[in-house]
Formats: sequence, structure tokens, C-alpha cells
Amino acid sequence: MEQYALIMRHEDGMKVASPEQIQEWMKMTMDWIGGIAAQNKFVSGTGLPFADAKVITTKNGKPVVTNGPFGDIKETIGGLIIVKADSVDEAVEFAKGCPVLMGEGNSLEVRKIAKDDGVH
Amino acid sequence: MQQKELIPHLFRTEFSKIVAVLCKLLGLENIQAAEDIASDSFLSAFETWPYKGIPENPTAWLYVVAKNKALNHIRRNKLFSQKIAGHLKNDSVEEEIEIDLSEKNIKDGQLQMLFAVCHPTIPPEAQIGLALRILCGFGIDEIANAFLTNKETINKRLFRAKEKLRTENVRIEHPSSNEILSRLEPVLSTLYLLFNEGYYSETNDAVLREDLCNEAMRLNYLLIENESTDLPQVNALYALMCFHASRFAARKNSNGEIVLYDEQDESLWNKELITKGALHLSKSSQGNKLSKYHLEASIAYWHTIKTDSKEKWENILQLYNHLLQLEYSPIAALNRTYALAKARNIKEAITEAVKLQLNNNHYYFTLLGELYKEIDNEKAKDNFLKAHSLAVTATDKHLIEQKIDALQ
Repeated sequence: MEQYALIMRHEDGMKVASPEQIQEWMKMTMDWIGGIAAQNKFVSGTGLPFADAKVITTKNGKPVVTNGPFGDIKETIGGLIIVKADSVDEAVEFAKGCPVLMGEGNSLEVRKIAKDDGVH
Repeated sequence: MQQKELIPHLFRTEFSKIVAVLCKLLGLENIQAAEDIASDSFLSAFETWPYKGIPENPTAWLYVVAKNKALNHIRRNKLFSQKIAGHLKNDSVEEEIEIDLSEKNIKDGQLQMLFAVCHPTIPPEAQIGLALRILCGFGIDEIANAFLTNKETINKRLFRAKEKLRTENVRIEHPSSNEILSRLEPVLSTLYLLFNEGYYSETNDAVLREDLCNEAMRLNYLLIENESTDLPQVNALYALMCFHASRFAARKNSNGEIVLYDEQDESLWNKELITKGALHLSKSSQGNKLSKYHLEASIAYWHTIKTDSKEKWENILQLYNHLLQLEYSPIAALNRTYALAKARNIKEAITEAVKLQLNNNHYYFTLLGELYKEIDNEKAKDNFLKAHSLAVTATDKHLIEQKIDALQ
């Protein structure tokens, strides 16, 4: 059994949602994760709030810190979960149920977690 | 109380107290001696009381006898001179050793014993056995009955566990404040298992089952009474036990058969325990760590409200979503799916249920049968039949047969 990270990418992190909307999304996300956990395939996960986010770039070899993952970079990561799956296809099936995909332009990236086996 | 009931009753309540205090004094390596002294004291009562009559204060009488026997033991084994080498002379044993059977010392001793018995090096099953024997005063045959096994198995298990206490040099003491959280974890899980053993046990002995649950609650309450262990997760577990225990009278009919939640007579639920549970659940809602006991207690709380509502099931669903992330178990996965059906709709629940693939679990097929019942009688029947072929106990088979009959 492999582990995969399902990385939720939002097209536009600046979009403001109402508290009711946020609550509804939270519920849907919890249902999605709960469904994976009910199959004993959930490993861990975390949301990545946009508040207090910083981006570090360099200019002439010096670090430059800007507020938020916004500005030039429009797309941003909203959270990730790690799941167990027999194959990448199974992980993709889990990803398809993620409510983030209901937002136009949002996407999910599925990446295998490197094993600590000296090869990866 | 008549004499023939009095001694077993005292054994249950006093044996563990005497053992705890003696172990505190003699060290855990002498646990067998402590048990022997306690047992001998009861034997003395059996031999003396029929002729001389029951003493005015039977407990105090037992304590005096236990103290004397303990002093004899110490003297005989010269254990005293080895333990407290050199400080005192052998001949001053009686004056110098104080066997303190005060209420406070008993409680301290039992609490420390609880931590010792639930030491991480002792296997969980042995922890429960030891707790039942040493902390609850259960007889070997009662423990064997509770675990549906024989006395030899239990004796062996207890023997190995006591050996382990000795070889691992486990000490009877209160864990230090920086250890308390890590040491508390196996204690709580043993109490949780102990309670469940009583609540879900297959044994026919109803009194024994309730005793197991009551003992788990008593030991849990020992932790609450001590300031250093009166912590949120401890209160959450206690709340969980209160909510479950409140349904004792309602969950079995007069033939001893299980009455399912939906069919229970609400008026038989123990309101006092529900209130107590709610009190400790609110006490548990401090700090920033949500344990599985918090989640399970909250789920149990919602079940104390019999009236069905979307709100109730939505809350239960979200609690199960959370619980499964902390710790997977097939039963939580099944209950989550049931909550999904109640909070949302049958179709959604069936889609999720199919993914679970718990194909060796009769509860899984019972759940599928329950869900299909609403939309497809044939499929419901197929699933109930699968459940029936997988079920082991007569009680389970009987329950499923009733469900099949109800379909026609």
C-alpha cells in the first residue's frame, strides 16, 4: 500500500466566501474525508488557512517577503490530505470526490509520498 | 446483611483496598504476598465469625487482622531489614511500621496501583485481568467468565503479568507531572476496554456485566477525584460511561435479549446518569486536545435524545467523520454510514456503504440490509441472509431472523 498526497489547489485564494458558505464547504470537506477514513484509507491532513500567509522570493540573491500567496501567483494551495491507496488510480478516485473541485478553475494534484527507503 | 452474603460483599469491596495498601508498603514485587495476606484475612473471618458472631465493625476487624498478618509476614521474611536496610532494628517492627488503612491512603494506593497495572510494558489484555483481580477484587472464575475463557488461561495470564511487573521493576507510585499524560493513556484505554467488556460481553451473567461497568466507572472516578488526573479526557471517558450506563435497564428485556436502541423504552433510561454524564462532558470541554473519548461521549450524548431530527444526525455524522480520522474502527465506519443515511439520504449512504467492503463482518451486511429495506426488498433480504450466515452468536442470528421476517 502506497501513500499519496492529495493537494487542493484554488484558482483564486482572494475570493471571499460568506460564513454560511464556509460552513457548508467545511461540512462537505469533512464528509469527503470521513468517507475516506471510513475505508481506513486516511492518514493525515491539514487545511492551510490564507490568513498570515507569506511568500518568500529572492531578488538579486536576497530574500523578499510578500504577504499572502497572491499577487503575481494567482493559484494557491488550500490544504492537503494524505491517503493510503493500492494504486495511483485509487488515489485519483478519492481526489475526484473533493468538494474543492466544485469551484471553477480549482484543481487537485495527486502525488506519491516518497518512502523512506533510501531510493526516493 | 446475612453472614453468607456479607463476606463475599466485603471481599469485593475490601480485598483490593488491603492489597493496594500492602503493595504500597511492601513493593509491587511482593504483590503475591499482599494478595495472600488479604485472602488469609478473609479466611480468618470465615473461620471465626460463625462461632464468635459478626464483629460490630467487620471492615475494621478485617483491617486489624490484615495488619497483624502483614506484620507477621514482614517479620518472618526479614523483608523489613532488606527493604529499609540498617535504619531500624529488627525487633522494633511493630512500633515502627505503620500499616495505614485510612481512606486517603487506600485511595492513593488504589490510584497508584491503577497506574502500575496499566504500565505500558504490560499487554492490554493482561492489564484488564490484573485490574479486575487486584483493583476490583474479582475472582479468577469471574474473570474467566467475563472473557469467556477458562481459569487456567486467566491464571497464566495473571502470573505472566505479575512476573512482568517484577522484571520491569514497575513501582507503585504516582507518575510525575511530566509523565502523567503519557501514563494516563493506557490507563484510560484499559478502563474503556473494561467498560466495553461489561457492556458488550457475551456472558449471560447480567450481574457480572454490570459489575464490570460499575468497576470501570469507579476506577475512572478515582482519577477524577485526584487533582492531577482530573483532566478533560478523563472526564470525557467518564461522561461516555455515564451515557451508556444510563441505558442498562432498557437494553435488555426480561428474557435477557438485547433491545435495540430504536425499540428501547425511554422511561427506563436512568436520568440521573444522563445528567451526570452531561456534567462531566461539559467539564471535559476545556483545553485544546480533542480525544476520541470526547467524540464518543458527544455521540453518546446525542443518543440520549430519542427524538430523531436532521440536526441530531448531522451532529452525529460530523462526530463520526472526526472520530474516524483519529482512529479507524469497523464499527465507527458502519455507524458513520448509518448516520449519513439519517442526516442525508439512503442513496448516498448506500454508495458509501458499498465502498466499505467489510465482507467478513455480519454487522456490515445487516447495515446494508437496513439501508436497502427502504428501496429494494430483494436486495435487503440478500444482505440479511449474508449477515445471518456470518453471525456467530444465537442472539445475533435471532435478531437478523426477526429483520428478515419483518420484510415479508
